[in-house]
This record gives sequence, C-alpha cells and structure tokens, in this order.
Amino acid sequence: MEWLQINYNYLLVIVLLMIGLWAMIGKNNLVKKCIGMCIFQNAIIMFFISMGAKAGSTIPILNYTKVNGVKTYFTEASMYANPLTQILMLTAIVVGVATLGMALTLVQKIYSEYGTCEEDEILKKIG
Amino acid sequence: MEQQYPVLIVIIPMFTAMVLTLAGWFKPAVCQPLAVVGLLGSFLSAVATLTKVSAGGVISYRLGGWEPPFGIEYRVDGLNALVLVMVSLVALLVAIFARKPVEKELGNKISNFYTLFVLLVTGLLGMTITGDAFNLYVLLEIAALTSYALLAMGRGRAYMATFNYVILGTIGACFYLFGVGLLLIKTGSLNMVDIGSILPQLAGSQTVLIAFGFLMAGVWIKMALFPFHGWLPNAYTYAPTATSCLVAPLMTKVSVYIMLRIMFTVYSADWIFNVIQWKPVVMILAVVAILMGSFFALAQRDIKRMLTYLIVAEIGYMVGGAWTGTTAGLTGTIYHIMADGLMTVCLFMVIGSVVYRKGKANFESFKDAFQSMPWTMSALIIGGLSMIGVPPTCGFFSKWYLISGAYQSSDYAFIVALLISSLVNAILFIRIVETAFFSATPSEIPDPHSHHEVDYADSPVSMLIPMWVSALALIAMGLYTGEIVTRWIQPILPGGLI
Repeated sequence: MEWLQINYNYLLVIVLLMIGLWAMIGKNNLVKKCIGMCIFQNAIIMFFISMGAKAGSTIPILNYTKVNGVKTYFTEASMYANPLTQILMLTAIVVGVATLGMALTLVQKIYSEYGTCEEDEILKKIG
Repeated sequence: MEQQYPVLIVIIPMFTAMVLTLAGWFKPAVCQPLAVVGLLGSFLSAVATLTKVSAGGVISYRLGGWEPPFGIEYRVDGLNALVLVMVSLVALLVAIFARKPVEKELGNKISNFYTLFVLLVTGLLGMTITGDAFNLYVLLEIAALTSYALLAMGRGRAYMATFNYVILGTIGACFYLFGVGLLLIKTGSLNMVDIGSILPQLAGSQTVLIAFGFLMAGVWIKMALFPFHGWLPNAYTYAPTATSCLVAPLMTKVSVYIMLRIMFTVYSADWIFNVIQWKPVVMILAVVAILMGSFFALAQRDIKRMLTYLIVAEIGYMVGGAWTGTTAGLTGTIYHIMADGLMTVCLFMVIGSVVYRKGKANFESFKDAFQSMPWTMSALIIGGLSMIGVPPTCGFFSKWYLISGAYQSSDYAFIVALLISSLVNAILFIRIVETAFFSATPSEIPDPHSHHEVDYADSPVSMLIPMWVSALALIAMGLYTGEIVTRWIQPILPGGLI
C-alpha cells in the first residue's frame, strides 16, 4: 500500500497506455484509433513528466524569496523539478502533434475516397 | 573543417531540404539536381568520416561543444561509419534514379517529394550517427513522419496501408521512448555509452530488463520482424516507385542497426546471452520470419509485392545472426546490413524501371523483357544472384558468415531456414528470368524472314546508371569482403561473444 502511495503515477500511466493501445488495435473506427494514439502518446509524456516531478519543488529557473527586503536565492538543486524530462517532453509533444496531424490527414483522405471511416466497411470496399 | 565531417553528414541534407522547399515555390525543375547535390555532399562527408575512423578509431563529436553525457554526442565507430556510407550512397543513387519516375507519377508534387525525400535521409543518417538515446527517438520520428507522407503519395490502397503503418509505427516509437524513460529513471543518463557504463552495476534490476523488452519490441515493430510485419508489404507495394526504392532498403536496415546499438553498446553481450535467456525465443521469431517471408513471396504474382516479402525474410536473417551470440553471426549481420541495403535498392530500381516502361510489374510485363530492356534485365540477374547467394556477389559472403555463426552456436533450425530461403529465392528469380528470356511460345519464334522485332525500349540512362552502380557495388563488395571485415567490422565486435 505504501508503494502505491509513492508510485501511483506509474500505475496511472500504465492504465492510460493500455487504454490507448486497446483503442489503436481494437477499435474499428479510424478516428477512434487516432484518439487512442493521442492517449498513448500523452501517457508516455505524463510518465516522463511525473518521473521528474517532486513535491514542493519549483520550476527550474533561478528563483528567490524576499523577506524584509533581503533576497534569498534557491541555490539547492533539490528545490527544483528535474528540467531534463520537461525539455525532452517538449520535443515529444511536437512529435505527437505532427503524428496526429498526419494520421488525421490520412483519415480525411480515406473518408473522401471510400465515404466511411469504419475499417471493416473500407476493407469490404477494397475487396 | 576536417573535424566537422560527422555533423556535415546530417546538416547538409537538412539545409538542402529547407532550400528545396523555397526553390519548389519558384522552379520545381531545379529540385532534383539540388537534392542530388545535397546528398552527394552528405555522401562525401560520410566517406571522409569512414577513412578517418579507419585511421584513428572512434570519433566523438560534441554538438554545441557540450561535454558528453550532458550534451548530445555524435559518436562514430566502424559500425556507424559503414552504415552511414551505405545509407548516403543508396540515397544518392535513388535521388538520381528518381527523376523520371517522379515526373511521371507525381507530376505536380515534385518539390514536395524531394523535400520529404531529403528530410527522410536526414532522419536516417541522424539515427545512425547519434550517440544519444533521446536524440535517436526524435530523428526516428522525423524519418517516420516523412516516410508516411512519401508512402501516402502512392496509388490505390496507399492511404489505408499508410494509416496502418502510422498506427504501428507510433506504437513502435512510443515503446522505444518508454524503454528510454525506464533507463533514464535507473541510470539518469541518455548517452548510450554512458548508460552502457552504468548498467553493469544494475545487472539484476527488473526495471532494466523491462526497459530492454520495450526497446526491443519498439525496434522490432519498426523493422517489421515477424509477427510485427503486417504493415510492411501493403505500405511498400502501393507506394510510388521512387519512394519504395528509398524506403524499402533503408528504413528496416537502420532499425537493425539500432537494435545492434541497443544490444551491444547500451546493454552488453554478456548480459544478453548469459543473464537473460531470450535467445531461443528470438531465434524462433527469426526462423519463422525467414520461412514466412519466403513462402509468402512465392505466392505473389506482383513482383514488387514479392520483393517486400523478401525484405521480411531478410530481417529474419539479420536478427537471427545478431542473436546467435557468435562473432561470425554478428559479422554476418553487420555485413548483411550493407549488402542487403545495396541489393534491395538494385532490385527495387529494376522493378521501378519495368513499372516505368510497362505500367506494372507482374509476370506478364516481364515477357520478352530481355529483348526490350537488356541492361535492366542484366542488373536484375546480378541482384538476383546476390539475393540467392552466389559468389562472387556479396549475398554469398553474408550468408556464409551467418551460417558459420549459427553452426558455432548450434542453431541448426536457423541454418535450415537460411538454406530454404536461398532455394526459394532461386526459384523466384529463375521464374522471372525464364519469363524474360524464353517467354515466346513456339508460334512466336522469330522467323528469320519476317520482321518480328521486339521494340528496344530500355530504361532511360538516368535510371540505368544508378541501377548499374548498385549492381556493380554488389560484386565489388563481394570481392573486397575480406578487406571490409578485417578493417572495419572486426575491430568493433564487442567482447563476450563466442
């Protein structure tokens, strides 16, 4: 139980990953597959962000508090959340958006060609 | 200048792509020559890097001057350098080859095509050269996104086939990223060599094992190893000629290279073959991949589709060779990455030429092809011999190393699969060559008095030259096998193999 209190974020990520994977593989509608893909990618983004997060930490920009006019800088590294994972995910978000855009463009092209987004109907039309 | 060669390999095509986008607005006709020039620059840088590596060992290039585990490092050893030369050479040849087919098939999308083409090559070269696990993911996605767009330009079922590839490719890339995340939690590093130096202390960790599982699953989906091969044949068959010439030889081979990197640089041969016992399962996958690929290829009427199934079989060769855990097997795999890249591009160019002349590539279109397209068909014979594994072409030597590796580690099923696959390849190519040579029925035997002439209509010279360069490269590579193996491959083989 104690393990769950500390690591519940990973459990959540795994649940999201499974939802996304199921939607991508099991769903018949192509748009739903795209939604699954989005969930899948965002689960991984959450995984990275939550691994770098800390309770009570702040963004990794040199910061200070002002008490009675005296500036005290946070120089302890432990006061900041891990910036590396956030930087990585900034790139991953861009990649995710591009992939989703690509997938939706294809769905639109498929719809204009076959008049449906249901995979089984498309396969029937292809023959 | 000299120490900038590693980064130039990637930077030149990247900026060429930007220039191409602009040039395409004003004058689409200059796009192809510009792309060729850019890829030529990249190829020359790759060759310069290869000679530097063979003289002075590993090159470590710091992007932006940041020290390696903190900044991104470009790390070139003999393995990368060879794959870089192969990728940039194949890309250059296809760029020259592409001129006519692209004009014919993609009339108004010429500039888009070459921009995506050069960006795809950027992604592939970057994946090969980088020493940073996350940088690899980004470049993997660049290569993947551009290849989706290129494949979707095709005809018929191309949209649906590409959509399936988008879904599976994303699953593969995300699995890879998840594996990298798990390693980041455990080691706090993204530099592959750095992770490799930390991992031995974590040999018993479950997280490290699961990370390996995700990384492998990711690259196996990307390289279309059985049972993840479903997306490949459709996506490559319906693609435009020039796209399949580029994507089919390179995408899967670079994925195999990444698998080798993960196995032997990030993890170690000792951990893979002594600590975890995955070898039997992976060998079964490789054997089934070879057999399934070969038998499905036998069943195809469309020659391009047949070749896509042969790619699935070839992936089985390389995965099996790497997982035998012997130096000979790994040598065969590394050698086969180069050899297979060249012979696949040779054969796809031949098929592309036939499609260009006759509209499609089934057995019908090969009728009398020897009279009408003698040069193209001769290149087909060289490529076919290499695929079957006849000396002195390079296909023979890679099979030789793979089989001797499998013999040392007693993987007899793998040897049998390799031999069956060679036989099937022989049947396939003899069938094509027979159609091309002897298809005339008795009544059609040319009467010396009548003027029954088959029109001479060989491929244009711009298509024949790259085709023949790749065909001759197959023979040259076969003749210099000893040189390549002792000079570049042997120094980089990791310790801990049989």
